[in-house]
Amino acid sequence: MEFTYAAAPESRSVVDIAPSYKLFINGDWVAGKGGTFPTINPATEEVLSKITQGSASDIDRAVKAARNAYTKIWSKLPAKERGKYLFRIARILQERAREFAVLETLNNGKPIRESRDVDIPLAAAHFFYHAGWADKLDYAGVGKSPKPYGVVGQIIPWNFPLLMLAWKIAPALATGNTVVLKPAETTPLTALLFAEVCQQADLPDGVVNIVTGDGRTGAALVNHPGIDKIAFTGSTEVGKIIARAIAGTEKKATLELGGKAANIIYDDAAIDQAVEGIINGIFFNQGHVCCAGSRLLVQESVYGTVLDKLQERMAKIRVGDPMDKNTDLGAINSAAQLAKIKELTSAGDSEGATRWSSPCELPEKGFWFAPTIFTGVTESHRIAREEIFGPVLSVLTFRTPAEAIEKANATPYGLSAGIWSEKSSKILWTAQNLRAGVIWSNTFNKFDPASPFGGYKESGWGREGGRHGLHGYLLTTQKSHSQKGGK
Amino acid sequence: MRLDVKKTYKLFIGGQFPRSESGRSYEITSPKGVFLANAAQASRKDLRDAVTAARSAFSNWSQATAFNRGQILYRIAEIMEGRRDQFIAEIVACEGVNTKKASEQVDAAIDLWVWYAGWCDKYISVAGSQNPIAGPFYNFTTPEALGVIGAIADQKSSLVGLVQSIAPIITSGNSALIIANEKSPLSAITLSEVLATSDLHAGVVNILTGKVAELAPWMASHMDIDGIDLSGAPRKSATELKTLAADNLKRCHHFTGESLERILAFTESKTVWHPIGV
Repeated sequence: MEFTYAAAPESRSVVDIAPSYKLFINGDWVAGKGGTFPTINPATEEVLSKITQGSASDIDRAVKAARNAYTKIWSKLPAKERGKYLFRIARILQERAREFAVLETLNNGKPIRESRDVDIPLAAAHFFYHAGWADKLDYAGVGKSPKPYGVVGQIIPWNFPLLMLAWKIAPALATGNTVVLKPAETTPLTALLFAEVCQQADLPDGVVNIVTGDGRTGAALVNHPGIDKIAFTGSTEVGKIIARAIAGTEKKATLELGGKAANIIYDDAAIDQAVEGIINGIFFNQGHVCCAGSRLLVQESVYGTVLDKLQERMAKIRVGDPMDKNTDLGAINSAAQLAKIKELTSAGDSEGATRWSSPCELPEKGFWFAPTIFTGVTESHRIAREEIFGPVLSVLTFRTPAEAIEKANATPYGLSAGIWSEKSSKILWTAQNLRAGVIWSNTFNKFDPASPFGGYKESGWGREGGRHGLHGYLLTTQKSHSQKGGK
Repeated sequence: MRLDVKKTYKLFIGGQFPRSESGRSYEITSPKGVFLANAAQASRKDLRDAVTAARSAFSNWSQATAFNRGQILYRIAEIMEGRRDQFIAEIVACEGVNTKKASEQVDAAIDLWVWYAGWCDKYISVAGSQNPIAGPFYNFTTPEALGVIGAIADQKSSLVGLVQSIAPIITSGNSALIIANEKSPLSAITLSEVLATSDLHAGVVNILTGKVAELAPWMASHMDIDGIDLSGAPRKSATELKTLAADNLKRCHHFTGESLERILAFTESKTVWHPIGV
């Protein structure tokens, strides 16, 4: 007898996509000056809408609106009232969760199961968490009555469009800043729907401004003299460009950049659980995750077992229609990203690693890449060093814990890492020695608004989430020890 | 009669006192132009050697217990106290201030070591957290040392500004390389002698004397330095240095005075998730 899944598509009737979108500036929809570009569904290549390419003058207009809102309204509002706006936004996101989930999946290509169960609930939770901080900033650990920067420019990626918006806007508003946010070029729709939520919440005009566009729009934002602070999530390459661009200014920055996380499987791990963790680590969100567990480090004595179980499990990953509730792996976000994945995996072949892909049928239209692992990978291979940002896992082995640490740390990145072992002392020793900002033991890719997130080394500057995340949006009022008369 | 034995001022790298590999030195004079000594003029190669020494010292120093680090920092204060007269005399000679002023500077520098010594086993409790996440996980965030930190010491004072930079960097377990006050480097070398006899691991602090304008860009662009304290950098060079530092995203900071912030600026927060269950 053969068991197959019946199709279980989520209905898209809950969303209402306009044929075109303007920019959201000063609480209003305004026409931009940079022309338009189409936004598509990467699973079907269907054009969903026409998006405005924000120009430098549009950015200027948005920054002025944000400054005006900061000076005249937002900075004068009592903190507890500021917090209430965030609570309102959190509630509206919860109420409209289905709509956001469907829209996110249509524009991003991620499985509806993930947008519904991860992205949107976490985005709402982020607003709820930060709402409560608004009138408690004295306890944030940066001194009495800390002050906001003022106007913050924020640039977010396409892998978790609404969630990254929440990671940026929620702490910025809670701490009393106003924002100009640029969503990713390929995934602007949920940010534009969020603008509607701001209106629905009666958020004062200009506190949140959303300007769509490509890298040129982002550059105009970074270089605008009216911006006090930049918050960016994206590639390390662009992060360095931003760091150079602001070197001669008073602007501050938080950067959440690339990663090449080691996922370490010790021989005393619960192997079945570890295999689930490997799958979640690299195939969650098509591997479009900066903290993805993209370098598997397996202790030699269990290498055969882990590899067999991993391939068996990979063959069961359901790849296809992101709107189907049974889908595990959706579409690659764009043609450009697919080309990048193909280029790096060909380098894996040509440098001598062995490719194995799960035997799955890929849809004809849209951008797809089958779950893939490379074995026989050495540390010098490009697929072991460079961020692929796709459903591709490089498998390496080690003999001793010290060797695992050495290999795990041999990267300019330092965002995250995973450890699988049933021995807690070994886990804590490993965690202590790993040079990474987020360490998951016997789990992977877990996120929470109360848990600080961010990287060591070239994975970025600062943290997002938790008490630590507030520091990126507050000016310290701490005096030096001797100024306080402590000496 | 007896002839004075003059002191030779050298660099401090990896716990040793080498001359500059370049063979260069430069004259140190009092504000009135009186010759005081020849100081070693460090080169790019000396700076790179200092980075290598600092990197190899990092692992043991950052993993020493906080209690142990605190004891060593306090020991530095003790040894400085015993060398008060030498420090005072060198400050008087280099800066041209009176004994009272020089003595105040030495007092302040010693007290800074005592203040930071006490922070070694406290900053983690103050700046770390346990995070109440929505799930069956124990989740905690703890700051830890960043790695190798470069610093350009304050160019106004010869001793207190130097300690202002070094002490907070090594409190958390970082190792450091410091470009000393260019005009008045004598205190820096005497401080090296204190550090060398204080149980501080070799290579944790490396002190270079020489030209700030020559050395600072090499420091900013070195790919194995994780952060820079730019407090003593000339204002007009900050843009250039930060631009160079962006090549490996060094954490760059300016400070005034001593503060917990100064320790935390060169730490990195690590968040660990651990499941709870039976």
